[in-house]
Amino acid sequence: MEAETVAKRFIILGFSCLLLSISFGLIASLQYIFPGLLADRLSFQHTRPLHVFLAVNWIFSCVTGIVYHYIPRVGQRFLYSVTLARVHFFLSLATILIAIGGFLTGHFSGREYLEFPPWVTVIIVAYWLLFFTNFIGTVKPRLKGAPVYIWSWCTGLAFFLITITEAHLWLLPYFNHNIIRDVTVQWKANGSMVGAWNMLIYGTAMFAMEQISGNNKIGYQKTSFAFYFLGLTNLMFNWGHHTYIVPASPAIKQVSYIISMTELILFANIIMKWKKGLLKAHADEYMLSTRFFKSADRWILLNLGLAIAISIPYVNLYTHGTQVTVAHAMGTTIGINTMLLLASVAYIFEGMLKPVAKKYVLAGLTTMNISLLVFWLSLLAAGVVRSIGQYEHTYFAKVSANILPYLRVFSVAGVFLVTGVCLVAFNMLAVIVKKQKAVPLPVKERKTTLQ
Amino acid sequence: MKKIFVIITLFSAYTLYSSWVYSYGTDCNVQMSAEAIRGKATWHAKNCQNCHQVFGLGGYMGPDLTTVITDKQRGAAYTKGILMSGGNRMPNFHLSEAEANELVSYLDYISQTATSQSN
Repeated sequence: MEAETVAKRFIILGFSCLLLSISFGLIASLQYIFPGLLADRLSFQHTRPLHVFLAVNWIFSCVTGIVYHYIPRVGQRFLYSVTLARVHFFLSLATILIAIGGFLTGHFSGREYLEFPPWVTVIIVAYWLLFFTNFIGTVKPRLKGAPVYIWSWCTGLAFFLITITEAHLWLLPYFNHNIIRDVTVQWKANGSMVGAWNMLIYGTAMFAMEQISGNNKIGYQKTSFAFYFLGLTNLMFNWGHHTYIVPASPAIKQVSYIISMTELILFANIIMKWKKGLLKAHADEYMLSTRFFKSADRWILLNLGLAIAISIPYVNLYTHGTQVTVAHAMGTTIGINTMLLLASVAYIFEGMLKPVAKKYVLAGLTTMNISLLVFWLSLLAAGVVRSIGQYEHTYFAKVSANILPYLRVFSVAGVFLVTGVCLVAFNMLAVIVKKQKAVPLPVKERKTTLQ
Repeated sequence: MKKIFVIITLFSAYTLYSSWVYSYGTDCNVQMSAEAIRGKATWHAKNCQNCHQVFGLGGYMGPDLTTVITDKQRGAAYTKGILMSGGNRMPNFHLSEAEANELVSYLDYISQTATSQSN
C-alpha cells in the first residue's frame, strides 16, 4: 500500500462516515417528530450517538487523509513510514467498527460526544501517536522556519492527545464525584478538541489556498501567524462560553467569546484576501475547490453573527441548551468544517472529475447550501421558541409541541441536505476509488520557500 | 525565536489555567453521597445524557434535569414515577427500585448543587 493509497483510504473512510452520519442524523430528526419510529430496533438512544460519533469521524478521517496526501509534498520527500500509516488506518477502521457495534448493542460510556467505551480511547491514542510520528518524520526538513500550516497541524495533533486524555479524567473519583468539576472539565476537553480539529482543517485549507493561488508567501505572512496564535489562544481558553450556567468560578467565562470572535473575523479576512489574489492565479483550474472555499466563507460570516448574538451572557443564559446551540454547532460543522474539507478533497481530485460529474457536484453544493440555510433557520426558530418557554417556565411537553412545526421544516430540509451531500460525496468517491493516482501537485514549481 | 517564545508563554498559561480549573475554579460545597455515586453510574450506563441535559450538557429530546428535584412542578416522587414507568418519549428502562432511588439521589445532588452554589 503506497502513501497515496493510505491517504485515499482515509478519505474514503471519511466519506463513508459522513454518509452514515447524515443517514442516522436524518432518522434521529424524524424521531423528534415521530417518537415511536424504529423504537424497537434503532431508537433515538442509538441514532444520536451514531450520528455524532460518525460526524466526528468524518472530520478526523477526512482531514487525516488530506494531511497524509499533503505532507510528502510539504516535506518534498516520501512518507516517513507507509507501514505506520497502514497500521494507523486499520486501527482507525477497527475503532469505528467497535464503537458502532457497541452503540447498536447498547454499550455506552454515557459521556456526551464520546459515548464509546473508555478502553477504546487506548487504541485511539495509540494510532494518533503513529500519525504524529509519521507526520514529524515526513516534514522534518521543513520544521525550521516552518510555514503556518505545519504549526497548525502540529498543534492539532498535539492537542488532540491532550484533550482526549483530559476528556477521560472523569474516570478518577476526584473529577467524577464533583459534578461542577466534571461538567466543566468535560466542556473544557470537548471545546478544545473542536479547536484541535479546527487546527488540522485550517492547516489543510491554508496549504490548498497557497497552492491554488500560487502565492507561496501566504504560509509565512504575519497575518497568517497572527491568525494561528489567535486560534491557539481560542483553543486553549474559549470553551468557557459553554459553562455560563455551570456554577463554577465566573472567571472561567469572561474572556473566551471575544477570542473566538476575533479568530473567525481574521479567518474570513484571510479567505477574502486570498479570493482577490486567486482571480489572477488558478481559479479556473480549481473551480470546484474555489466554490467550496467561498461557501465556507459565507458560513463563517453567518455563524459569526450567531456567535456574537449568543455570546451576550443574558442571551446565552436562555439559548444555551436549546436548538440555537445546535444551529451553531451544525452551521460550523457542516457550513465551515465540511466545506473546507470538501474544498481540499476537490483540490486534490478535481483534475480527475469529468465535466458531468463536476456539474453534479456543483448541484450538490447548491442543494447543500440552500437546505443548510433552511435547516439552520428552523433550528434557530425552534431554539427561540424553546428559550421563551424556559423563560416563562412552560411545561416541557407544551414547549415540545410548540417547536414541532419548526422541527418538521428542519427534517424536510434535512432530506434535501442529505441529497446534496450524496450528490457531492458519490461523485467525488467515484474518482477517489478508481485505481489511478491523484493528479500530483507541481511541488517543485510552487516550492514553498521564502525567497 | 519569537514564535517559540509565544508558544511557551501560551502553553505555560494554559497549564496554570488548567490546574486552577481542576481545583479552586470548580470547588463544590455539596458532597456526593455513596447512593448518588451509584446513581451516576446508572446515569452513564443508561446513557441518560443522550436525551437529557445537566448544566447544559446533553441532548434535547427530553427536559433539562438540572433542577428536576427542587422544581416545585416536578420533584422527587414525580421523577421516580417517570423513571420506573417511562413516558411518552422516554423508554421504560425496567429499573429496579434501588436503581431508581439512586438516580433520584444523584439528581437531588445536582439540584442542590445548582441551587446552593453561588456564581
